[in-house]
Amino acid sequence: MHAGSAILQLLVAGIGTGSIYALIALGFNVVFKSTGAMNFAQGEWVVMGGMISALLFASTHNIGLACIAAVVIVSVIGILSERLVVWPLRRPNALLITLVSIGLAICSRSLVMMILGKKPVGYPGFSEASTLFVGGIAIQTQTLWIVGLTLVFLLAMHLFFEHTIMGKALRAAAADRDAAAIVGVRVETTVMLSFAIAAFGGALAGALITPLTLSSYDQGALFGFKGFSAAMLGGIGSLPGAIVGGLALGLLEAFGSFYISSDFKDAIAFAVLLAILFARPAGLLGRADVVKV
Amino acid sequence: MLEVEGLIAGYGSIQVLHRISLRVERGQSVCIIGANGAGKTTLLRCLAGLLRPSAGRIAIDGADIIGGSASTRLDHGITLVPEGRRVFAPMTVRENLEMGAYRRLWPRRDRGVPADMDMVFDLFPRLAERQKQPAGLLSGGEQQMLAIGRALMSKPRLMLLDEPSMGLAPRVVQDIFATIRRLNAEGMSILLAEQNANMALKSAAWGYVIAEGEFVRDAQSDALSSDPAVKAAYLGL
Ligand SMILES: Nc1ncnc2c1ncn2[C@@H]1O[C@H](COP(=O)(O)OP(=O)(O)OP(=O)(O)O)[C@@H](O)[C@H]1O
Ligand SMILES: [Mg+2]
Repeated sequence: MHAGSAILQLLVAGIGTGSIYALIALGFNVVFKSTGAMNFAQGEWVVMGGMISALLFASTHNIGLACIAAVVIVSVIGILSERLVVWPLRRPNALLITLVSIGLAICSRSLVMMILGKKPVGYPGFSEASTLFVGGIAIQTQTLWIVGLTLVFLLAMHLFFEHTIMGKALRAAAADRDAAAIVGVRVETTVMLSFAIAAFGGALAGALITPLTLSSYDQGALFGFKGFSAAMLGGIGSLPGAIVGGLALGLLEAFGSFYISSDFKDAIAFAVLLAILFARPAGLLGRADVVKV
Repeated sequence: MLEVEGLIAGYGSIQVLHRISLRVERGQSVCIIGANGAGKTTLLRCLAGLLRPSAGRIAIDGADIIGGSASTRLDHGITLVPEGRRVFAPMTVRENLEMGAYRRLWPRRDRGVPADMDMVFDLFPRLAERQKQPAGLLSGGEQQMLAIGRALMSKPRLMLLDEPSMGLAPRVVQDIFATIRRLNAEGMSILLAEQNANMALKSAAWGYVIAEGEFVRDAQSDALSSDPAVKAAYLGL
């Protein structure tokens, strides 16, 4: 293959996976903003998104319907998760919520395994034609769906946070819980809403990636770890940071596994995470002063 | 308009307020003066619905509201300008004011909100100039104006102010108190807690002296200002 087109090919692949990481990272960031905690159940919602879509596709044969329903179901699971394990905490704090979320992740994985099974599942891409040839390179149409729908979701999130009173209430509660309560915001409701958004983003990532990779109950930790690394890379708690971190990690993985070794792919996220922790703990876009301790 | 009787409150097993009773009449300006740790903030937080008292009565226009949340207090026309200002630092000045009207925008939209925002900008032209800046970049005095403006956006009838002079230069303190007097002159009831007893007594009609969670005196502000014991303990004279 021509060197130039190889690079283009890698670029497209990197942006595709990067979009998935951005969706997962956004989930980490939204929950972090509202609680100060890292939600380690985030990766499980990605798996649920993929596996529930597969289950629904098998019975309805309508891929759009299956994926939309799955994303909605997982969002409700996100809300339930918050109500069942975070809301009842008498003295919620960031560390406690982080620990509880690890337990939540383990329980979610077991439940997924018991209910949806151990077998990897999948379904075809959203378009009939699976590959498109543009200027000598092959692009998977599913990658275009991934990038397009990620953009739509991120744009919707931007509009929500900047232009709706509910979105502003979420930002206000993240900035100062007490002051938010003073103006009449129910802070617990904003936490619940942030879990719903995080689950929605995660499930969307799962529904989008499954046609390319299949989906199985045990992938959650890896998805979670990638999303977490992307969030750290971009700057934890920063919404634009999720996009920058996700794309940067996706591209690093694509080029790294091509030029170094594909066995090295999953280690790249870890290397990036370490590098960022050593060199710039606030992330690429993060400012140290907005990071909660 | 506000009546408090036998209020008891604290944190966990520590009781901070011991049987507090007070009244604020419609349109009246009342101050609470007292030293560090006397319980002023605790009292105002109870009144604003942020802290649940363990006993007592809080009534607004005769209606009992003790069990309600901050939202219901706002719906009854009570609003708090908290100690330390507590503006939403990363959000713009304009967004801060919008958040002040949160109860009027969600779940139902009150069409009067933009007009009230213009009114706040008239009251504080500095805020109008800086409406697109993050609140965290404002000076202390401007943040205090913003905190008051945010409280005004809820269209209150009773404004609770917790140490509005804290950490501000004397000139700025004068401005802030002039604004508070002006709001009062326009009909707003005011309940003000201050360590700066001098300023507080000058702008309020009635004063309560709080010490260790109890009111030890209450009288007309003039009478308190000339009281030798008050002078010695709180006015530094
Ligand atoms: N969150 C809290 N938890 C436990 N104790 C508290 C808490 N907040 C205040 N206290 C205690 O309650 C008492 C009254 O405090 P409060 O803040 O109401 O006083 P204050 O009169 O507002 O003081 P200041 O003038 O310094 O603002 C103090 O002894 C304080 O230590
Ligand atoms: Mg205080």
